[in-house]
Amino acid sequence: MRIGVPQESLAGETRVAATPKTVEQLIGLGYAVFVQSGAGHRATFEDGAYAAAGADVVGGEVWNTDVILKINAPSPEELDRLRPGQTLVSLLSPALKPELVSALAERGVTALAMDAVPRISRAQSLDVLSSMANIGGYRAVIEAAHEFGSFFTGQVTAAGKVPPAKVLVIGAGVAGLSAIGTAGSLGAVVRAFDARSEVAEQVESMGAQFLRIEVEDTGPSADGYAKETGEDFNAKAVELYAAQAKDVDIVITTALIPGRPAPRLLDEEMVASMKPGSVIVDMAAANGGNVAGSVPDQKVVTAGGVTILGYTDLPGRLPTQASQLFGTNLVNLLKLVTPEKDGTFTLDLEDQVQRGMTVVHDGEVMWPPPPVQVSAAVAPGGAAGASAALATAQAKEPKKPRDPRLKYLWMAIGALVFALVASASPAVFLGHFTVFALAVIVGFYVISNVSHALHTPLMAETNAISGIIVVGGLLQIDSDDLVVKTIAFLAILVASINIFGGFAVTGRMLEMFRKD
Amino acid sequence: MTTNVVAAAYIVSAVLFVLSLAGLSKHESAKEGNAFGVTGMVIALGATVWLVLSRSSHALSTLLLIAVAMAIGAAIGLWRARKVEMTQMPELVAMLHSFVGLAAVLVGINSHLTVGDSSDTIHSVEVFLGVFIGAVTLTGSIVAFLKLSARMKSTPLMLPARHWLNLAALVVSALLLGWFIQSHSIVPLLLMTVIALVFGWHLVASIGGGDMPVVVSMLNSYSGWAAAAAGFMLGNDLLIVTGALVGASGAILSYIMCKAMNRSFVSVIAGGFGQEVVIGEDKDYGEHREITAEGVADLLREASSVVITPGYGMAVAQAQYPVAELTKQLRDRGVDVRFGIHPVAGRLPGHMNVLLAEAKVPYDIVLEMDEVNDDFASTDVVLVIGANDTVNPAAAEDPTSPIAGMPVLEVWNAKDVIVFKRSMATGYAGVQNPLFFRDNSQMLFGDAKERVSDILSAL
Repeated sequence: MRIGVPQESLAGETRVAATPKTVEQLIGLGYAVFVQSGAGHRATFEDGAYAAAGADVVGGEVWNTDVILKINAPSPEELDRLRPGQTLVSLLSPALKPELVSALAERGVTALAMDAVPRISRAQSLDVLSSMANIGGYRAVIEAAHEFGSFFTGQVTAAGKVPPAKVLVIGAGVAGLSAIGTAGSLGAVVRAFDARSEVAEQVESMGAQFLRIEVEDTGPSADGYAKETGEDFNAKAVELYAAQAKDVDIVITTALIPGRPAPRLLDEEMVASMKPGSVIVDMAAANGGNVAGSVPDQKVVTAGGVTILGYTDLPGRLPTQASQLFGTNLVNLLKLVTPEKDGTFTLDLEDQVQRGMTVVHDGEVMWPPPPVQVSAAVAPGGAAGASAALATAQAKEPKKPRDPRLKYLWMAIGALVFALVASASPAVFLGHFTVFALAVIVGFYVISNVSHALHTPLMAETNAISGIIVVGGLLQIDSDDLVVKTIAFLAILVASINIFGGFAVTGRMLEMFRKD
Repeated sequence: MTTNVVAAAYIVSAVLFVLSLAGLSKHESAKEGNAFGVTGMVIALGATVWLVLSRSSHALSTLLLIAVAMAIGAAIGLWRARKVEMTQMPELVAMLHSFVGLAAVLVGINSHLTVGDSSDTIHSVEVFLGVFIGAVTLTGSIVAFLKLSARMKSTPLMLPARHWLNLAALVVSALLLGWFIQSHSIVPLLLMTVIALVFGWHLVASIGGGDMPVVVSMLNSYSGWAAAAAGFMLGNDLLIVTGALVGASGAILSYIMCKAMNRSFVSVIAGGFGQEVVIGEDKDYGEHREITAEGVADLLREASSVVITPGYGMAVAQAQYPVAELTKQLRDRGVDVRFGIHPVAGRLPGHMNVLLAEAKVPYDIVLEMDEVNDDFASTDVVLVIGANDTVNPAAAEDPTSPIAGMPVLEVWNAKDVIVFKRSMATGYAGVQNPLFFRDNSQMLFGDAKERVSDILSAL
């Protein structure tokens, strides 16, 4: 089948849906590739390079192919060029643009939205939102640095001391984490906040400080995105932003909720309270903005001297890299729909990933797809790694929650039975039993957080400690009865093997663990 | 005075044991934890010996007896600990558990012999339970040892109506307990001991080799409960505290591991898992492809990120040293090398970590499954060294597979997967692995150690 890569018509778009490198991969999958002349010019991929990679460089006929790969959703003119039976793959934002979805359906095409990839591990390789967000986060910091009048890194020079810039990143998704990493490597002091407390670890792994709010955990979100949060939490978050705004030099906001206007994070007052010369990059400007006063695609300087950047084309400002990553995501999609590598585009709607992306199928509206449970964090306890397994296995029938009263009833019965037993037993036994019960609880909690790598040493250690049974033998060996004495002797002997062997072997194992 | 000092010493050593277990939960404090454990043990033994001697009428001979017994035990224990290969660690730990079980049985019987007819009901129950748990631990550990050291077939023993057999053993034991309380005779006690020994044997024999990590950990827990029971019968709080600590921690450790394998805790312990496995071996998986060591070396030369997922095969072949050397060479070339460890890789929890640590692989590049699973898509080469079930895509994709739902390392998302294997045989779960037939998988047959060395020389 033939793949067409048209030139992007959207004003200011610099990216292209295929690079010479990805063209080669597409051809490797058995497709014939047609690239519109000049399509890659702004991403510094010239026609000659595409031709050298094996593509046919053509004019407007690029629209006569079977599969159209694009970056942006088609313009009205482009919609008119689509024919029934054609397949369109691009960003579509189906949740925000229902009219586009119905227009595509009228055309009788099949449309796959690259921005509707389910967030499961298997689909990571085709998730353009995350590959573009990565670039966007990087570029947001670069743009901020460009506007900011000072160094990012603190320096002590002969001409005086320069304090480090303080950067606050709100929203620790892919874009936020990328911004954190970039700002950190420029030497700034980086802080980050996210409504999902479970990302704290990721933030800290990038070397930033995670700002916490003390409220009850809202819990991880089921679909892997942040969700709108509770009242109490929001009030505290506002306080936090207000306090941070006065302190930091640069704020980068990345808060987006899919299918909804972006949440307002900083109001006029907070922006006004920032130091003159501060810079705000509002990465959500396209969806209404996180910051009061941000204008999409504009640089705004407030009366208080705060620069607000509302650029919506941040990934496009790195056109070469962005095209390469976007193109690779497309190649990965085509690998998925071309299992035989024979150049035949076969959509498998049973497959969760393909089903999730398919907005229109042969003129039939398929949006919205059935919900997908993806977040690894939802799995309770230690089985978090089950993400993909859980996602691929059909959503399990939710277990009926047991009546809590039943639990209490059992507890009451247990207590009653114990009371009966206890009333018939000597006081000494009860004293021992108290000790026993408490020790069980201590043992339970002490071990609950053990690092996986230490399971074996821990087991050897507990094994050595359980050799304490030797005390029993010791207490009995003084008997005058020869049989008892002999048995006690044996007990001491075998328990000693355990004690010495266990401790020695634990020590030996621990000696070996080392860090670079 | 003596009693008070001894009691104080017991409290100190109980606290030290708690600190010891807490310390062993983290790398940073692990060595300190071991030191606390040793110190606690020394204090406890010192105090007990002193207590015994101060009460004794013939202190010298008693001391001599104790010294001889402990010296023999220490010699054997230290000799085994020093000599053991790290790959045989699971066997050693299982073997050591059996000693605790034996000691519990001996102490229990002895306790009955010393107190005898004057024993009250509570004491009889304590003795009975202590001996029962001890006996189960003893034979259970021996079977686990035999299975792990491949001296016994690892497949589960499938007696007909085995659950009824287990139940019958428990019921008969309960009846014997009644007799024992009534008569204070040693006969029911000994009868029960025999039953418990058989019961322990059968319990572990009917659990497959793949579940041995959980079993070893569970036996660890049993040995703790046995010590606690001994503490009750002797009225010794130190034994109770320590036994309960070990028992609770062993139980929770087993539970964590079952969670990681997506198995029911109860069914593993009751010897239930593994019997319903019916495998449609007639399924056509297609052709697998082979690769040479030189080919792997070429792939590695081009790669910028490599993940190694070892399994029991690496332990069997003792390949951890060449693997460590390979890791070092690749890292020196600037390749990002990491290890992805499945929670149940090997035959003991943390087995792989111990082997890699032995070969001096830095532990900060040895990652858990959850930490590495999302990164496979961006990984160039995955080396699967002697792992099978833990990298089986069927677990994630085929709901009819016996291991369906078990979290696995998703190696198949990487660009190239090299599988080191001796043959096309199945793993412990007895399930065919579709990974071997994937387009991006290539097989490197032979002994893992030799093959890794070949790659090293080709690099």
